[in-house]
Amino acid sequence: MGIEPLHTLLREHPFFSGLEEPDIEFIAGCGRNVVFEPGEYLFHEGEDADQMFIVRRGRVALEIVAPGREPVVLDSPAEGDVIGFSWLFPPYRWQFDGRALEPVRAVALDGVCLRDKCEEDKRLGYELMKRVASIVLRRLQSARLRLADMYRP
Amino acid sequence: MTFPIETAGAPLPEPMLPRQYRVRSRRRETHDVVTLALEPLHGPGPRCRPGQFNMLYAFGIGEVPISVSGNPTGRGPVLHTIRAVGLASRALCDSRPETVVGVRGPFGTDWAVESASGRDLVIVAGGIGLAPLRPAIHEVLAHRERYGRVSVLIGARGPAELLYPAEIQRWRSRFDLDVRVTVDAADGSWHGPVGVVTELIPRASFDPKSALALVCGPEIMIHFAARSLLDHGFDPNNVRVSLERNMKCGIGLCGHCQLGPEFVCRDGPVFTYARVGRLLATREV
Repeated sequence: MGIEPLHTLLREHPFFSGLEEPDIEFIAGCGRNVVFEPGEYLFHEGEDADQMFIVRRGRVALEIVAPGREPVVLDSPAEGDVIGFSWLFPPYRWQFDGRALEPVRAVALDGVCLRDKCEEDKRLGYELMKRVASIVLRRLQSARLRLADMYRP
Repeated sequence: MTFPIETAGAPLPEPMLPRQYRVRSRRRETHDVVTLALEPLHGPGPRCRPGQFNMLYAFGIGEVPISVSGNPTGRGPVLHTIRAVGLASRALCDSRPETVVGVRGPFGTDWAVESASGRDLVIVAGGIGLAPLRPAIHEVLAHRERYGRVSVLIGARGPAELLYPAEIQRWRSRFDLDVRVTVDAADGSWHGPVGVVTELIPRASFDPKSALALVCGPEIMIHFAARSLLDHGFDPNNVRVSLERNMKCGIGLCGHCQLGPEFVCRDGPVFTYARVGRLLATREV
């Protein structure tokens, strides 16, 4: 089995669906393949958020940890999802821990490289921001619904 | 293509008269939910259809509407899964084997899953809403070859509040059923999805032009699940929801369960979203 080029992997991911091939190749220039074993951390809260993960396989727990308590899982993005938007906004720090629950395969896109490309090509930058905003909106709505605690008797 | 909901069976001869049933067994599902297996003291019980409910009477305390959660055939004990939220439901949950309770019913409309023969099915259950859907899932599995792709999407508050975990595990082991479970909140020991059940809908495979969806759970969840299904191309006539109201008489006379022009006990509890969707978003109804 041959190794697929990054732009092929990105093209198959829902986040990049419908994007022009030259744009995908442009973005792929910021990427590298990464693999995480179950239990391994993709990132820790407070560290420099310099990557966005395009998840191809597996599931990741986004957790917060408080002393004396079990970690609380806030979200669990999986295959077809995107993890990490903290590279977009100062101070560029991860807000949560990201722990692989299963073997995870992803493309890690370098945040600085992505920001530079978005600045360089505003049209592409706007397109990516729309996609990021739609995910952020979906997660916000999900968080609001969970706040409603709808299963409460 | 849309599917009509069929009303079930002939009218009951004595709808206000409770029949005596014995608690044959009691199984604790979660910290506040139990499943009672009830068998009639005298003769066979009436056949129920998946989605219908009975009025269960804790003698001397009160009566509550509870959906049938298993074995609606009328042969052998019929199952009811009950959450302890008030005096009557708490008394029923505390019933020991051999306790005698009153049963009136079955009442209301049913899921009518057989009308989706040849089509895809998407079953969305939130919290205790899995209980009324369980007989429909059994019905589908008993005639699996009649249906297209079948997805069962289950949401719960947390892992400890999931109903029927062993049975869900068996369903997940089948190759002809797509079962997905998510919880609103979890600790690090939970390895499944965390999020609201509506987030599972985009991950299911179905043909929205012809698929049938069955949705049951808290009304907020029903509302958002139905909206998500419509966003994914479902016709509101092909989204069936089961509503819960303060049912008392069970036959549409007393008005306690009135929702706008509908009597939930008689015209429901299973409605198409096309019929009640607007009411669910209307204040003071």
